[in-house]
Amino acid sequence: MRTALASLGALALLGAGAAWWVTAPDPISAAELSGISGDATRGEILFAAAGCASCHVAPDTPAADAPVLSGGQRFVTQFGTFVAPNISPSPQGVGNWTDADLINAVMRGVSPEGQHYYPAFPWNAYNKADVQDIADLVAYLRTLPPSAAESLPHEIPFPFNIRRSVGGWKLLFEDRDFVVQGDLTPEQTRGRYLVEALGHCGECHTPRNALGGLRRASWLAGAPDPAGDGHNPNITPAGLKWTEAQIVAMLQSGFTPEFDVVGGEMAEVVANTSQLSDEDRRAMAAYLKIVTPVDSPAPKPGTGDSSAEEAG
Amino acid sequence: MTRTFRIAALAALAVASVAAAQDAPPSPEEQAVRARQSHMSLYAFNLGKLGAMAQGNVEYDGAAATTAAQNLSHMTQLDQVGYWLPGTSNAEFDDSEALPAIWENMDDFSAKHEALEQAVTNLQAGAGTDLATLQASLGEVGKACGACHQDYREADE
Repeated sequence: MRTALASLGALALLGAGAAWWVTAPDPISAAELSGISGDATRGEILFAAAGCASCHVAPDTPAADAPVLSGGQRFVTQFGTFVAPNISPSPQGVGNWTDADLINAVMRGVSPEGQHYYPAFPWNAYNKADVQDIADLVAYLRTLPPSAAESLPHEIPFPFNIRRSVGGWKLLFEDRDFVVQGDLTPEQTRGRYLVEALGHCGECHTPRNALGGLRRASWLAGAPDPAGDGHNPNITPAGLKWTEAQIVAMLQSGFTPEFDVVGGEMAEVVANTSQLSDEDRRAMAAYLKIVTPVDSPAPKPGTGDSSAEEAG
Repeated sequence: MTRTFRIAALAALAVASVAAAQDAPPSPEEQAVRARQSHMSLYAFNLGKLGAMAQGNVEYDGAAATTAAQNLSHMTQLDQVGYWLPGTSNAEFDDSEALPAIWENMDDFSAKHEALEQAVTNLQAGAGTDLATLQASLGEVGKACGACHQDYREADE
């Protein structure tokens, strides 16, 4: 009996140990980062393509030439409220971080102290980016104005407030492979990079499972808006019937083919995509045309989630 | 006989009440929602004329561009007091996309409309100049539309 209990205890310990080990952060090694140095000039457009300012500027900041990344925007989700931190180059922000710290934050979702970041920060898209691009982005970020604002804590209830549990989430849902595979033209490949990695379009346009993992089988097929303001549209070819030229025009100006103007978070996205080259916008459109067509998941009744709504 | 009569009377009553329901005038709230949506459609109609030129789908025509810009300008000047009645957000009307935030931030909502008026004034001044000026000033109008939609309109398909 005693032996049995002891072996059971040992097994439990072993299990806990294994769980602890597999949920440990997995940063990019110093060796992989050696010899990489960022180019701030190149980083400016990558910063726009990655949409960093959309979430990290202070709430209600009008678009400015040099964004102040002081944080403070609140993101209400079913798991709690996330508050964007200060990522400006200041002591309260990321001014004291090394390039490796910043690259690992963006591409692995790991803090300099080895803590997991919640997936509200789209590292599960940025993990598909080129290390050199993120190094350039980081170099540009260091040229932006500093802010002395203190980062505010997230408001996340138990059990999601256990950071280590994000390690389990990563085990289940982190995916560093592109969703769309196969033989792609150089333009489609560029578009895939902009949409899946930097643009992190899937974060809002792909439905999630009960634990917040992206349902990659329904990639870009539309999803309820996390803040509860309606539904983010299906942008697979089954939902988005626009021509490539019409997609390009919307990414450039915000005007849809019906000459409505996109709103919500998409207005902030257009503030970023309008800075890209026409070539890059065309690449995004070319990519969206080869995404697997998926019918939208049925909207929940009574959510005002209709596909035929008029503005007003 | 009595029974048949009763059924006929009930049927007549049912028809009458359906007719009454059809004839009931829309509430002021519903009229406001419809008027707002019509206003938006007219914006889109005129923006479409300008956008087709700006996007190179039709040839630039300075006179036609000026006319469309003038239409937009008139529309921004229409009195909208009757549009934004309390109880007409997307919380009360399924087919409205107007977020309750409008009524919580009426000053900001009005400021964003003033920004639109200014952008449309500039568009009206520049639409007939040349294509490049039209493209630039139309872009600013798009931003003014987007700034308001960003905060005050429900995301949709």
